[in-house]
Amino acid sequence: MRKYIQQLKDLKSLIVGLFITGDNLRKSTVTVHYPRQEVHNLASFRGPIELLPKPKNPTQPRCITCMMCVSTCPSGCITVVKHKAPKPSAEEKQAMAEAEARGEKVAKPKAPKTPKQFLYDYSLCSLCGLCSEVCPVNSIGFSSDVYMVCRRRSELKLDLLARLKAKADREGRTVDEVA
Amino acid sequence: MLDVILSPQFMRIVLAAVAVMAFIAANGLVLVYMERKIAGHIQRRPGPFEVGWHGLLQPIVDAGKLIGKQLFTPDGADGLLYWLAPVVSFVWVLPLFIPIPFGPQLTAFEMDLGIVLILAFSGTNLLALCMAGWGSNNKWSLLGAARAVAQSVAYEIPLLLAILAVAFTSGTLDLSNTVKLQGGWPWQWNIALQPLAFLIYFICALAETNRAPFDLPEAESELTAGFHTEYSGMAFGLFFLAEYANMIVVCAVATALFLGGWQGPVFSGVWWFLAKMYALLFLMIWLRWTYPRVRFDQLLNINWKWLLPLSLANLMLTALLTKVF
Repeated sequence: MRKYIQQLKDLKSLIVGLFITGDNLRKSTVTVHYPRQEVHNLASFRGPIELLPKPKNPTQPRCITCMMCVSTCPSGCITVVKHKAPKPSAEEKQAMAEAEARGEKVAKPKAPKTPKQFLYDYSLCSLCGLCSEVCPVNSIGFSSDVYMVCRRRSELKLDLLARLKAKADREGRTVDEVA
Repeated sequence: MLDVILSPQFMRIVLAAVAVMAFIAANGLVLVYMERKIAGHIQRRPGPFEVGWHGLLQPIVDAGKLIGKQLFTPDGADGLLYWLAPVVSFVWVLPLFIPIPFGPQLTAFEMDLGIVLILAFSGTNLLALCMAGWGSNNKWSLLGAARAVAQSVAYEIPLLLAILAVAFTSGTLDLSNTVKLQGGWPWQWNIALQPLAFLIYFICALAETNRAPFDLPEAESELTAGFHTEYSGMAFGLFFLAEYANMIVVCAVATALFLGGWQGPVFSGVWWFLAKMYALLFLMIWLRWTYPRVRFDQLLNINWKWLLPLSLANLMLTALLTKVF
């Protein structure tokens, strides 16, 4: 008997449910009619990743080619090509050999810690953000380029260094125009 | 023979059949639009929006798409049953509209046993579902059909008992008369006398028309599309139209039996009937987008443990009271 009384009491939840959906029916919609309207909080969206520039040099990425992003990326969409160490010329080699013969410590020329190429395949990327999380120098962030379209797959393979330069150029120009 | 065909009654029925066809098609379009718009706004999105002003032409485009699609017979299907099912489903909807009193004059054919005719013919939709489920040679279709049978057979009983209670109080099975016996104001309607019967009727009507939360024969998440899984194009379209036509019928009967039909406080007429009918249809759509689908044992439990005893008790009480007063 108690079960049936409980079932009758539960009928109230049906009315509550109707009020909830009825309330939503009355309220205005929350979706955006894309071509006619655009979102205003684009900064909170995730576009394809971009390299962040050094504070003083907008064309240079902060990247130190530690390869953390490459090894962390679950879909393997990042490729970083390092600079090779400069080859010493014949005189330098000879000088080094002589210095070594004298028993001095000789530092071999080191490769610069900036990337030669930073390639990114947006068609593979799932925008998980692990690359930007592991980056020790905070060189990777999401762009706000969420409306990006292209005609073929190959156009989704992006050269992030070139994009950084293009962005710096673009912003430099706008700064000039403003000034 | 010729004098029968030329008789005014026959011509009236033929004209009515044509008008009913047009009415079903027009209302099908309106209901599809209404359903999608309400579904959208309940979920805080606009619903169809791109075709025409606020998506008004969307149902027409949908119909064009359905008509343009290829009709397809699955391997191993029973061709005759398979193709007969949508036709049967749709054709037997037409006689359901004949005794419905849309207005004081706007009744296709007034008959003493109007409700009986509607109840008798509404059972044939189940036959169509069975044919579709069996003929498709598909396990989902067959399961859907089996569910439809169990559900319809169960829910027809309290439906009949609820209607019978109203027939007891008004003393007639003629829908036009039932409407005339009620008044214009809500407290003069049968729903004031028989609130429980109305509730039972409406729940059973939801189940009989396979509407959510009782849409088990076509449960998308379990049975793909149930009995019409294999149908494409206009064959599916006919099932679809028949479903909406059945919704209109149950709401029209509820309006005539319980809500005073075309009688209103002021300016009684067909507009009152349509307004009440559409209010009920709106409620049906609202319910669909509010409640989750019940489980099959729950479905049958609601019927056998609640609706059937309640409707029986209601009928007994009604019979007693009509005898006493």
